Amino acid sequence: MKQEIAVKVDDLTVAYNYKPVLWDIDLEIPEGVLMAIVGPNGAGKSTLIKAILGILKPIAGSISIYGKPYEDQRKLVAYVPQKGSVDWDFPTTALDVVMMGTYGSLGWIKRPGQKQKKAALEALEKVGMLPFKNRQISQLSGGQQQRIFLARALVQDASIYFMDEPFQGVDASTEIAIINILKALRKAGKTVIVVHHDLQTVPEYFDWVTFLNVKKIATGPVKDIFNDDNLTKTYGINYKVSIQE
Amino acid sequence: MLGSFAVLRKQSLLGDAISHAALPGIAIAFLITGAKDTNTLLLGALVSGLIGTFWIRGIITKTHLKSDTALGLILSLFFGFGMLLLTFIQKQPNANQAGLDKYLFGQAATLVERDVWMMAIVTGICLIVMLTFWKEFKILLFDADYTKTLGFNTKTIDILITSFIVLAIVLGLQTVGVVLMSAMLLAPAAAARQWTNSLSVMVFLAAIFGAFSGVFGTAISATQNNLSTGPVIVLVASVFVVFSFVFSPSRGLLFKQIRFIKNRRDLELHKTLAFMYHIAESHENISHPHTVRLLNNFQGYTKSTLQKLVDKQYVELNGNMWNLTKKGFETAANLYTKQTTDDE
Ligand SMILES: Nc1ncnc2c1ncn2[C@@H]1O[C@H](COP(=O)(O)OP(=O)(O)O)[C@@H](O)[C@H]1O
Ligand SMILES: [Mg+2]
Repeated sequence: MKQEIAVKVDDLTVAYNYKPVLWDIDLEIPEGVLMAIVGPNGAGKSTLIKAILGILKPIAGSISIYGKPYEDQRKLVAYVPQKGSVDWDFPTTALDVVMMGTYGSLGWIKRPGQKQKKAALEALEKVGMLPFKNRQISQLSGGQQQRIFLARALVQDASIYFMDEPFQGVDASTEIAIINILKALRKAGKTVIVVHHDLQTVPEYFDWVTFLNVKKIATGPVKDIFNDDNLTKTYGINYKVSIQE
Repeated sequence: MLGSFAVLRKQSLLGDAISHAALPGIAIAFLITGAKDTNTLLLGALVSGLIGTFWIRGIITKTHLKSDTALGLILSLFFGFGMLLLTFIQKQPNANQAGLDKYLFGQAATLVERDVWMMAIVTGICLIVMLTFWKEFKILLFDADYTKTLGFNTKTIDILITSFIVLAIVLGLQTVGVVLMSAMLLAPAAAARQWTNSLSVMVFLAAIFGAFSGVFGTAISATQNNLSTGPVIVLVASVFVVFSFVFSPSRGLLFKQIRFIKNRRDLELHKTLAFMYHIAESHENISHPHTVRLLNNFQGYTKSTLQKLVDKQYVELNGNMWNLTKKGFETAANLYTKQTTDDE
C-alpha cells in the first residue's frame, strides 16, 4: 500500500538571529498518521511547526503540502498554537475565539454570519465547551482554554492539523477528551501532528513519531523506532528506566 | 479610541515615542516653509512620527534589542533633536518663532474652527476604517501567528493600525502637546478596560472617556485664567483611570478587597462551625451543650463569629453554654464532605 505524503520538508534550516535552531531537516509525513514530535525543551519543535506554516522564514529549504507550496494549500491546514503564546486577558469570549477559525475562509473585510456561528457552536460542542460559550476567556481554566484553541482549529475543517503541546497544563479529563478528538480526526482520514512532552503516553496515543533535537534524529512508526536508542540520541541521557516500566 | 489597540498590544510606550518623534518634524517643517500654518506643521509631525515608528520596528526586528529599549532610544533621540531645533529657531531673528512651543504642552485655546473640522473628519475616517477591518484588527491583536497561518498579510494590518495611532497622536498634539500626548492616548483606554470584557465596548467607552475628558477639561480650564487646557484634560482623564481602577466591579481594587474580606469571613465562620461539629460529633446527642470556653482554644474564633452562627440558627446559646442545632449539624457535615472532595 502506497500512502500519499501529506507534508514534505526538504533541507530545512531555520535560525533566530544567527544561531541555527533547526539544521537540515528532511521529513516526510504520510497522510492519515497521528504523529508525535518529541525532543527536549528548546529542541526546535515549535520552530519546526512555525516554519512549516510560514510563520517563520527559513534560511534554506522548502516545504510542500500535498506536493504544493503552503501558500496554495492553506485551507487544508489548521494550527493550534502553544497556549502560552497569547494573552488570555484579551477582552473577548470563548465563542469569539472559536469564530476566528472561520476568518481564513472569509477573507478580508467580510464578517462572520450565521453559518460561521453555527460551525463555531458545533466545534464548541465537540470539545465539551458549549456551556461556556459566552464566558470571558480569562475566566476559563487552563484545560478549558486549550479546548477552545482546539475548537478553533476544528472549525477550520482542515485535512492536516498541527498542534503545539495541546496537553500542556491540562487535567486528566481534558487530556482524555483531547486525545479522543485526535483519534477521531485520524479515523476520519486526517493527518495530525502534535508536539508532545509526555514520553510515557507516546505508544498509547500515537502511531507515528519524529525525534527532534536541532537535527532530525529519526522518524517513522512508533512500533519500529520508539526505542531506547533513539530516546538516548535525542535526550542525551539513558531513558531505559523511564520507558520500560 | 485608538489607544485601545495600543493598550492591548502592550505597547504603551509606543504612543510616547511617536509623539516625541513628531517634534523634530514640526521644527523642520517650520524651518523649511517659515510658515506657522497648522496643516504644514502637522504634516511635518506626521512624517517624522511615521519615520520614528518604522525605525523602531526596524530596530526591533533587526537587532537583539528589546522593544522597550528601542522605543526609549528613538524617543530620546528624536525629542533631543527636536528640542535642539526649537532652541535654534528661537535664537533666530524671526518674528514668527513663538507659537511653536505650544506643541510641547498643547494649547487648545489656539484651535480654530478649521482645525476642529479637520479633527472631526480624520476621526470619521479612522472610525470607518476601524469598523471595516474590525475582524482583522481583533484577530491580529489576539493571536498574530495564527492570523498569519490563515493567510492574512499581518504586516498590512499592523501598518494600518500603527498609521492610525500615529495620525491620532499628531492630531492631538495641538491640543495636549508632545509631553502629555501618550497619557491622553492611553488613559481613556486603560480606564475603559477596567469596566468591560468586550473589545467593542472597550473601544466605545474609551472614545466616550476621551471625549468627555476633552470637553470637561476645556470647560475647567476656561473658568480659570491661567490654567492651560492640555494638562487639565489629561488630569481629567487620569481621574477616570484612578476611579476605574478602584471602583470597577470585576477588576477594581475596592471590590477585590471587599470580596477578599468577605471570603475570609466566610472561611472563618466555616472553620468555627467545623470545629464545633468535631466536638459535637464526640457526643451521642448532637445538641448536647458545651461550654463556650472550649472554643477559646480554637484559633479564629471570635465573639462575633459565634453571634453570626447564632443568627444563622446553626447554634443555640444558653448563658455560657452552646450547642449545635440540627440545621447547623447538617450544614457542617456537608461542609466537611465538600472540603474533603475539594482537596483531592
Ligand atoms: N523568537 C525567538 N527569538 C530568538 N530565539 C528563539 C525564539 N524562539 C525560540 N528561540 C530559541 O530557539 C530554540 C528552539 O525553540 P523552540 O522551537 O521554541 O523549542 P521547543 O518548542 O522545542 O521547546 C530555543 O533555543 C529558543 O531559545
Ligand atoms: Mg515549544
